[in-house]
Formats: sequence, structure tokens, C-alpha cells
Amino acid sequence: MDPIIRIKNLTYTYPDGSRPALDGVSLDIMPGTFTAVLGSNGSGKSTLAKHMNAILLPSGGKVLVDGMDTIDEGNLLAIRRRVGMVFQNPDNQIVANVVEDDVAFAPENLGVEPAEIRRRVDAALEQVGMYQFRLHAPHLLSGGQKQRVAIAGVLAMDPEVLVLDEPTAMLDPRGRREVLRTVEELCRERGITVVLITHHMDEAARADRVLVMDAGRVALDGAPREIFPRADALRALRLTVPDTTALLLRLRAAGMPVPAGALTPEDCAAAIWEALR
Amino acid sequence: MLKDITLGQYFPGDTVVHRLDPRTKLLLTLVYIAALFMVGSWGGYALCFAALAAVTAVSHIKPRALVKGLKPLVFIVVFTAVLNLFFTGGDDILFRWKFIRVTWAGLERAVSMVIRILLLVSGTFLLTYTTSPLAITDALERLLSPLKKLHVPVYELSLMMCIALRFIPTLIEETDRIMSAQKARGADLETGSLVERAKALLPLLIPLFVSSFRRADELALAMECRCYNGGEGRTRMKQLRMAWQDAAAFALGAALAAGVLLLRRLGI
Repeated sequence: MDPIIRIKNLTYTYPDGSRPALDGVSLDIMPGTFTAVLGSNGSGKSTLAKHMNAILLPSGGKVLVDGMDTIDEGNLLAIRRRVGMVFQNPDNQIVANVVEDDVAFAPENLGVEPAEIRRRVDAALEQVGMYQFRLHAPHLLSGGQKQRVAIAGVLAMDPEVLVLDEPTAMLDPRGRREVLRTVEELCRERGITVVLITHHMDEAARADRVLVMDAGRVALDGAPREIFPRADALRALRLTVPDTTALLLRLRAAGMPVPAGALTPEDCAAAIWEALR
Repeated sequence: MLKDITLGQYFPGDTVVHRLDPRTKLLLTLVYIAALFMVGSWGGYALCFAALAAVTAVSHIKPRALVKGLKPLVFIVVFTAVLNLFFTGGDDILFRWKFIRVTWAGLERAVSMVIRILLLVSGTFLLTYTTSPLAITDALERLLSPLKKLHVPVYELSLMMCIALRFIPTLIEETDRIMSAQKARGADLETGSLVERAKALLPLLIPLFVSSFRRADELALAMECRCYNGGEGRTRMKQLRMAWQDAAAFALGAALAAGVLLLRRLGI
């Protein structure tokens, strides 16, 4: 299978920057996978995300989306349609003052037939569980609900990839859970490729693959089970490990034979139970 | 405290008036205003008032809501009345005291101007009470769309209006938050002379301005990510369709205008 996003030796320096924000990043993202991108502030993770739908164009190297080079302006709309992007602040991504009109914004821009827009809007709102709110005003919704509307607004383009740039950073724990559950469902049930930029280790733990960025480079790349037990390497990159991993590592240090790779609280509990028996 | 401000003042409902095409309502409001300016007799005002009362009744808008909406106009109404009352010429003097004199013509004019203003403003209120701001924007866009041929950016203008409406509650919320933050640090926004209070607003307005620019920037980025590239080649999910009710409404509007003209001719 061909990768949906292929990044080759990408470098990028902001117009006013002295040091490159991205410095030789190469990676492939396979269709239908869930990738989490971690990194401390200024590690280049948001910059990387903005290259995936041609918001930023490479200073050096190449970004190919579904085989299309982002540097070619003729591909711009085709790329943006395939790679939907959701940002941190839900308030600043909602255009219209009725939920369903906002979700219709992208397909209207693409010139889709009215009946087809209606179908897509209803389907997208169903997928994020916001259908019953379709006639509401966005400012009366909770943060998590607004963010789900923003996701629906992107889904209405019928994208293949969903890039989320810290979508839960401004939400309360409940909103975080709602958004994350929605994102996971979209990936597992609808087969949409997800790239999740995040600060939260427990969100990254749900992914198929974790990329840790540091100073514009990919510092670690692998399955969460392989990455998180490397607590020293993560701490060196100014990151913490998920609570479950921290617990298991301490138990191991105390001499208990538990595996360090159990990430969800359920797996962690099962691993400890197993060791105690 | 700022959340109490109602903007647009739309009362949702499901009456014939609410369901009319917004274009029809917009055009009929214009017909009504034109009719008011063609009125040349008391009968004309009575007819316009009857039309207004009928629409109010059919759309289930409480007359009290209309009266409440007229309150801020008290000053302008009184001002117009006084101006017309004392400064209209004529020989038919009703009342004279020192240099002040009131004529019959002046009284008639003052009363008719006041009625005209009240009927005019209540008529436009009925439009905004029964039509959501978004629908009005939509209607404007479609009515003005012939101007696209003259390269007037009709779609862009209506999108600007739509975004402005969308962000009013967000910005009010933000103002509230900044006010609380400044108050928590000892800012005094409520006492002092007018100048002092105006000065106190500065630490409120600057953060609000800065954050609005940041919002605009982020919104523009999000819109680009959703394939926004101008009004060209854009379709709309909701299509406006005229129904027989709209035809009937236009007929009634025409009847109103004709009635006003007829009464003027007859001098009733």
C-alpha cells in the first residue's frame, strides 16, 4: 500500500526565524493509521502538521499527499480536501451561527450539489454525535461539542486524513474524552487516517504509532508500547510518561515482574494482576 | 452583565410570516416604507396601521415587544414633534404665548410625523423579529447578486456580515472575561467622571482588539483549510424557494400601496 502522506527530508525555516523549525524530517503515514505526534513547545510538531495540507510549503525537501506535491499550486484544493485540519481553539474555526450551516461551509466552497451537501452535513453530524444540535447556535455549546462541530465541518469535505493540532488543549476533561472518542471512532470504524498533535501522553497512548519531535527532528518513532517504557529518553526530551507506564516502571524497579508496555489502565491492571498471581 | 444585550432580536416561531421567503419579507418591508412615505391623508395612516396590526397578529409577536423596541426612540420622536409643532408656519394660529406660537398646520404635521416614524420603525422591527439575521443576510446576498456582474463582491460582503453576527456573542463573552480580570486587579469601571470612565475602558479595549486580530488570523487559517477560495463556484446547501404564500404576500403588499394612493387621491 502506498503512504497517504509521504514526507521526504523536509526542512522549513519561518521567514523571521534563524534556526530551522523543521530540520530534515522524513516519514510516511499509511492510510487508516492513527499517529500521535508528541514534543515539547517549539519542537516543530505544529509546523509539521501545517505542511500536511499545504498551509506551509517546504523550504527544502518534499511533501506528497496521495502522490501530489504540495508545492504545486494546482494541487492546493485537492490536497486540502483530502487532508482536513482541526485546530486548538474551537471558537475560532466556526464560521456560521447555526451548527449545520457551519458544517456546510466546506462542501459549499467545493461547489458540491445542494442535495449532496445536505446528505454530507447530516452524515458528518451523525458521525460526531452532534446531529440533534444541528439547529443550535455554536456559542451555546460546550467546548467539547464545539470541537466536535469543527471536526464535522472538516468531515463534510469527505477527507482521507484528519490532522488535529492539539484539539483538546482548551477543553475540560469531559470535553477531552468526547473529542478523543470521536477521533478514535473515525479512525477505527471509518478508516480515516488520523494525525493527532498532542501534549497529553494518555491520548498518544491510544495511537498505533507515536512520533516524538525534538528541535525540528523526529527523535523517537515507534509503537506506544515501545516508546513509553523508554522513560529516560522521554525525560531527556522534556516529556513525561503516562501514569500507567510510570507505575509499571516503578514496580519493575522494585523487583516485580510486570511488562512495561501495558498502556491503558485496564491493561495495566491486568498486567499487575497477572504478576501477583 | 453584558450577556443581557439582545442583538438582532429575533423571536423564533413557526407562523406564515416566519415561513415566508426572507427576500419576500425584505422587499415587502421596502414596499411598506414606500407606502408610508406616499401617505397623504389620515386614512392612509389608518390603512398602514391596520396592515401592521394584522401582520403582528398573524406572526404571534406580542404588541408589547414592539412597544418595548420603540422606547429608545422617545428622544427622536419628541424632538421631531417639537420641531414640527413650533416651527411650522401658517396663519391658523391655535395658541400664542410671547414668541411661541403653534398653528393648526404645525400640530397636524407634528402628529403625522410622529405616526409616520412609529409606523416605520415598528414595520422594520417586524422584519427582524420574524426573520433570523442569517436569513436577512442570505436574502440580501441573493437580491444583490445581479451586482456580481459589476464586480461587486456580494458574496464576500454577506460572509463578512455572517461572521460578524457569529462573533458578537463570542466577543461579548470575552469582554466580560477581560472586565472581570481587570476588576480583579483593581480597575474601576463604574465610578468617576465621564472622562475617567472612558479612560478606564482603555485597558479593556486594547486586549479585546489584540485578541480579535488573533481570532481573525486563526479563523482565516481554518477557512483556508476548509477550501475557502472566494465566492466563485460556490454552491449553497439551503436554496431559497418562493411559494404561493410569497405571491399572496406580494399581492397584499401591492394592495396596501394601491390603497394608500387611492386614499390620498380621495383625500380621506
